[in-house]
Amino acid sequence: MAVKPLLVIAWGNRSRGDDALGPLFVDALNRALGPEELARVDLLEEHQLHPELALDLVGRERVLLADADPEAHAPYALHRVEAGRDASLASHALSPEALLAVYRELHGRQPPPVTLLGLHARSFGLGRPLSAEADAALPAAVLWALAWIDGDAPGDWPGRVALSG
Amino acid sequence: MSSLETAANPEGLRRVAIDPLTRVEGHGKVTLLLDEHDRVQQARLHIVEFRGFEQFICGRPYWEVPVMVQRLCGICPVSHHLAASKALDHVVGADRVPPSADKLRRLMHYGQVMQSHALHFFHLASPDLLFGFDAEPAQRHIVAVAAAHPDIAKKGIALRKYGQEVIRATAGKRIHGTGSVPGGMNRHLADADHALLLDDATRMVEWAEDAVALVKRLHAADPRRHESFGEVPAKMLSLVRPGDGALELYDGVIRVRDEAGQVLLDDQDPGAYLDLIEEEVKPWSYMKFPYLRMLGPATGWYRVGPLARVQNASFIDTPRAERERREFVDAGHGRPVHAALATHWARMIEMLHAMEVIATLLHDDDLRSGALTASGPRRGEGIGVIEAPRGTLIHHYRVGDDDLVTMCNLIVSTTHNNQAMNEAVRAVARERFDGRALTEGLLNEIEVAIRAYDPCLSCATHALGSMPLQLDLVGADGARRETLVRHGDGRFEREA
Repeated sequence: MAVKPLLVIAWGNRSRGDDALGPLFVDALNRALGPEELARVDLLEEHQLHPELALDLVGRERVLLADADPEAHAPYALHRVEAGRDASLASHALSPEALLAVYRELHGRQPPPVTLLGLHARSFGLGRPLSAEADAALPAAVLWALAWIDGDAPGDWPGRVALSG
Repeated sequence: MSSLETAANPEGLRRVAIDPLTRVEGHGKVTLLLDEHDRVQQARLHIVEFRGFEQFICGRPYWEVPVMVQRLCGICPVSHHLAASKALDHVVGADRVPPSADKLRRLMHYGQVMQSHALHFFHLASPDLLFGFDAEPAQRHIVAVAAAHPDIAKKGIALRKYGQEVIRATAGKRIHGTGSVPGGMNRHLADADHALLLDDATRMVEWAEDAVALVKRLHAADPRRHESFGEVPAKMLSLVRPGDGALELYDGVIRVRDEAGQVLLDDQDPGAYLDLIEEEVKPWSYMKFPYLRMLGPATGWYRVGPLARVQNASFIDTPRAERERREFVDAGHGRPVHAALATHWARMIEMLHAMEVIATLLHDDDLRSGALTASGPRRGEGIGVIEAPRGTLIHHYRVGDDDLVTMCNLIVSTTHNNQAMNEAVRAVARERFDGRALTEGLLNEIEVAIRAYDPCLSCATHALGSMPLQLDLVGADGARRETLVRHGDGRFEREA
């Protein structure tokens, strides 16, 4: 089975307030994308990043990671991700940088271009709904991601800048 | 009370605390009391958090439970999903689920065992075994393994991913899926997923066999350490297949062997677990201490999990794993193997068995057709017992006429192993700590012993925690002399 050129991985906990932004981002993309676009992109929802996802990156042209980010300016922030070892390697939940480090060591080459989309988040209370700010951030982030899938998103590779949406 | 559990005269001893433990799931602490000659007088593994998940379940509709209980654990949610489903099968009157549902659940369960065993061995334990217990802490992770042994890391990650894909295909998601319901399953295996899994099955069986070979090589490279480190003779409890005593991880009867390998109990109905097991509470830990009622708390404690299961079973009904089991048993020279590091060997034999079962099941047409649910006269109580990756897992519910849960009792594998883990800590402390200067490497040795049990401390107390580590040295005068700290971000420092 041929690997689709694009991959979106979003993560978070649907039961922890704004941490649900990642899963809700995947839901929204699933609703927004038509069959033609879904033939080019895989959408994965995860609770956290783990080493096995390094295998999902193989053969991709571009990868988008999306997570709730309390430090991101509203409505979202973009970062290029580079492979790097950090303390998360000793835990069950990897950082984006550590995930790419796993890829690099496993395959002996650089990973595909990876962009991190940090969705503006404020509160992570157990059982709480999205905050108003997070709720407002989600549609803007989805619009940006649709452009990313089409290959013309502002702020994406090859630039190294961190942008606010 | 066992030796080193409680010091005769704790006053004046200095206290060493490893708090929290690292590369285990959840939050635990080890304390050692040392005398003026640095000899260990007391060693305890404490579980210091409490969440009380059982209380969350009460008052919820029973059909929500198989999904809710997965929140107990991020590593073995499927085990809770299936144990709850098995318990609630009885509530909906389904004493037997249809063959398709039984096989789909088994496929899901063996996928879970595979991914969890791969995670535990390759991600959490292999750095200790490949680089040494006293290797640089910054090197003890999967990327360092990948850099030094890329073939091992690649196979380990691929094996776990395969198990995750089995779970996704049967449960709907890699974690926290919804495939199993009271009375059966709610989906067949899709044709595309069947083709995907079948395509890689043969290679995964071979790689699982390679993993057993790796453990054997590590054992052969340092047999003295592997045969003695954390060795604790213990009784062994697990499910086995009714009738022939084969290794059985999804459904069976309870068997118990003593420390010498003689069968103490056999063909016991898991539904009568309360007649077999009682739990003791100790004031210094939130985790209870189960024991066999027939023997009492002093001698009735036991071990569960791979090391117990592989030796409790009469045989394994898949050829490659059975060949490996025989070799494992032979290594004991006629006596059961009780060394902590042998747990990894047993774990990899089980992973090979799980992969063989998966490869066989994938040729069964019942996975893709046939009835999925059954029902019968409604009952007010159900008990489900399963062999989770870390050991025997018991779910017990009572349900009111309004369909709401009125009682929930969970005994997870880490709780069963509480005394055995404490004894392993004492064995290592006795052998390795007495009279020696404390180093991070020595602390890691304690953790290596605990990690061998693959403890899931968050399951046992249902709590979550970050995992920095702090060790305080307190002199006989009560003054703090020195502190070793491993921070949550991996940094290690010594404070005078």
